[in-house]
Amino acid sequence: MEKNSVLEMRHISKTFPGVKALQDVDFTLEKGEIHALMGENGAGKSTLIKVLTGVEEFETGEIRIDGIDHPIVNNSPQDAQNRGISTVYQEINLCPNLTVAENLFIGREPRKGGLIDWKAMNKRSAELLKELEIEADVTKTIDNYSIAIQQMIAIARAVDMSAKVLILDEPTSSLDDSEVEKLFVLMRRLKGEGVGIVFVTHFLEQVYAVCDKITVLRNGQLVGQFTTQELPRVQLVAKMMGKDFDDLAAIKDQSAAQKTYSEEDIVIKAVGLGKKGTVKPFDLVIHKGEVVGFTGLLGSGRSETVRVLYGADKPDHGTLQVKGEHLVARSPLMSMNRGMAYLPEDRKNEGIIADLSVRENMILALQAKRGMFRLLSRKQQEEYTDKYIEMLQIKTASRETPIKSLSGGNQQKVIIGRWLLTNPDFLILDEPTRGIDVGTKTEIQKLVVKLAKEGMAVVFISSEIEEMLRSCDRMVVMRDSMKVGELSGEEMNQTTIMSTIAGGQ
Amino acid sequence: MNQKKQMSQKKQMNQTGFLLMITILLFVAMYVIGCVLFKEQGFAKTQNFLNLFISNAGLIVIGIGMTVVMITGGIDISVGSFVAMGCMMLSWMMERAGIGAVPAVLIVLATGIVFGLVQGFLVAYMDIQPFIVTLAGMFFARGMTAIISKDMISITNKTFMGWAKAKLYLPFGGYANRKGIMIMPYIYPTVVIALLLLAAAFIMLKYTKFGRSLYAVGGNQQSALMLGLNVKRVKLKAYVLDGFLCGVGSVLFCLNTLGGFVEQAKGFEMDAIASSVIGGTLLTGGVGNVVGTLFGVLIKATIEAFITFQGTLSSWWTRITIAALLCFFIVLQSVLAMVKKKK
Repeated sequence: MEKNSVLEMRHISKTFPGVKALQDVDFTLEKGEIHALMGENGAGKSTLIKVLTGVEEFETGEIRIDGIDHPIVNNSPQDAQNRGISTVYQEINLCPNLTVAENLFIGREPRKGGLIDWKAMNKRSAELLKELEIEADVTKTIDNYSIAIQQMIAIARAVDMSAKVLILDEPTSSLDDSEVEKLFVLMRRLKGEGVGIVFVTHFLEQVYAVCDKITVLRNGQLVGQFTTQELPRVQLVAKMMGKDFDDLAAIKDQSAAQKTYSEEDIVIKAVGLGKKGTVKPFDLVIHKGEVVGFTGLLGSGRSETVRVLYGADKPDHGTLQVKGEHLVARSPLMSMNRGMAYLPEDRKNEGIIADLSVRENMILALQAKRGMFRLLSRKQQEEYTDKYIEMLQIKTASRETPIKSLSGGNQQKVIIGRWLLTNPDFLILDEPTRGIDVGTKTEIQKLVVKLAKEGMAVVFISSEIEEMLRSCDRMVVMRDSMKVGELSGEEMNQTTIMSTIAGGQ
Repeated sequence: MNQKKQMSQKKQMNQTGFLLMITILLFVAMYVIGCVLFKEQGFAKTQNFLNLFISNAGLIVIGIGMTVVMITGGIDISVGSFVAMGCMMLSWMMERAGIGAVPAVLIVLATGIVFGLVQGFLVAYMDIQPFIVTLAGMFFARGMTAIISKDMISITNKTFMGWAKAKLYLPFGGYANRKGIMIMPYIYPTVVIALLLLAAAFIMLKYTKFGRSLYAVGGNQQSALMLGLNVKRVKLKAYVLDGFLCGVGSVLFCLNTLGGFVEQAKGFEMDAIASSVIGGTLLTGGVGNVVGTLFGVLIKATIEAFITFQGTLSSWWTRITIAALLCFFIVLQSVLAMVKKKK
């Protein structure tokens, strides 16, 4: 091992059925550094963490940790913990019904005469929290405290168990700015004490605020390890997305002449709309016949923004007008009745109902819109289904086939059909092309353009920028839960988009 | 500022403490009302108070076991049937098979442990719903009771009868009867055993690693796992302990009823669950304590005493009153949870 490093992972490979999750990945963590692990969806960040913490096995490669002469293999999170590798996850792993002190000491309580010494436990807990400047009453149950404090308590536990390596897996995703700042103070403090910290996050600002080094993964491969100061943001974004920044400049923008809109064409008008903790207030206007793309890195708030627009999540400030009408109390059904339709990102959980047939899946939204007591006749259902199977060219054995036996792309088309059936004026497609084959992707893009031509307003979200460039009239750029730019016409090219995503310097 | 601090300290009394306080207050209130209403009949006598324990020693012990499994987020609805089986086993072994009282009792205790092991294994390691596992246990035990004997067996074994009739007089609280002889209040050994187990369980839950693990597992199983606890083993142990306590409980129950029959202790599991819930144990797990369970049992016993003293009411009023109390406590728990969430 290198002299100063606390953790070395060499040539790690791991295969899931059909996917090479990690290929020959190296990762080195030094004492007293904060090291960002970055990458888009499917890059292999979480697999690398899981392999390290013993949640998953790895096939080849070796892991070494400071103080142990031979390569180690962790079989469980407990194993990893015993070797000084502690993880604090995004979802807090503390027991809500126990006190702060107990959560800090459970499994290793101080004892006197065989029985738990509560006095000593509370005293030691209070000392520990005081040392780390965390304000909490150790005798209160942990559910009295905010997520931020709970997270810090989880970190305190890890620290007290003499962690050499502390992994923070997206700890900031549910914290507000002041809480994040507190967490950073704690992280810097631990860094000063020589702890090596692996920081997994989607927030670029935070990486540049607190990290010394950055390791970038893409598609299960190591892109490289960089010193934060030497890697401009734009370069980082380009590395994560797999584009060479210099090459991008050469690509010409392909968008057509800008359309012009009048007041009557406004379908959606949001002013200062936002939801605390997920989307910072934004203004947005969407016109009839327009395709608006939402872009940004994973976790930048794209999906959260459209969920707020649709009313799937309730906004807590700002106003929203749909075709001139103010909407106050929101629910998905209300939005639906105002002509909005939303195809969620998570097809498996929020979209299809696996055991129902293609027909049943397709008529779902229309039936909900009509209400329970105005049943669609079987014949109508069949007519509608057949029409959209043909129009969208859905490959299915019959309209009564269970949707789960269709391919991903065809399932997606059924869901799109479901929403088209409600005859919406405003259609939100959140990652409709993820995980489906190239041919179907192109079909869906064509469909988007066609629908817009017929007068529908469409929001289109995709992780692939080319896809969006081909089909969108305008693009909204998101970063760290905030709308940071709106690009149209000439500006709509990969270079500008990437530098807007990267922001700052 | 100072006032604010005081306020926050007052609020510090947690949910468990608050529910327990309500339960104890309710019991005291009910008992005082009983003393006033039935003063003539002697409700206020020390012996009457002790009778609450004497007739429910078995339920107290089984309530402890129930509380333990409920803290882990589980439940055991087999306990009533197990008591019937335990009593039948004791009666049959002593009366029909000529086995001595001591070995018979040991065999019942061992059976309880085995029963707990099997149920605990299915719940913890096979990951089956506790309700289903113990439902099977409930049918099994009741069935086995009938297999051992369909007829009622009364116990005449001298040793066993000796234990059942061994009065332990208290050195205080006596009164002189009409002839001027001092009559001292007494309890049976069953009460001593029940209270000793209660004290042991209290210490175990509060001051041992295993006790705290039970709460952790009930609070959030996933977290408990990540915090380094062996969740499966903790659950298994909880059911084994529960099984053992069921064994002890059925022996105590039998010392009170002195016999075994198929329909015995029917609905007993519900009494145990009700006592736990009234005592502040949450069905969702993670919260509960045995002192509350004791008072849950005493409340049930007081209602029964009311009905006995009143004389004309149907004994089913016990169940009706318990039902009302259960509703009250469950609603109270929900309200507390909601208030907490709002905060």
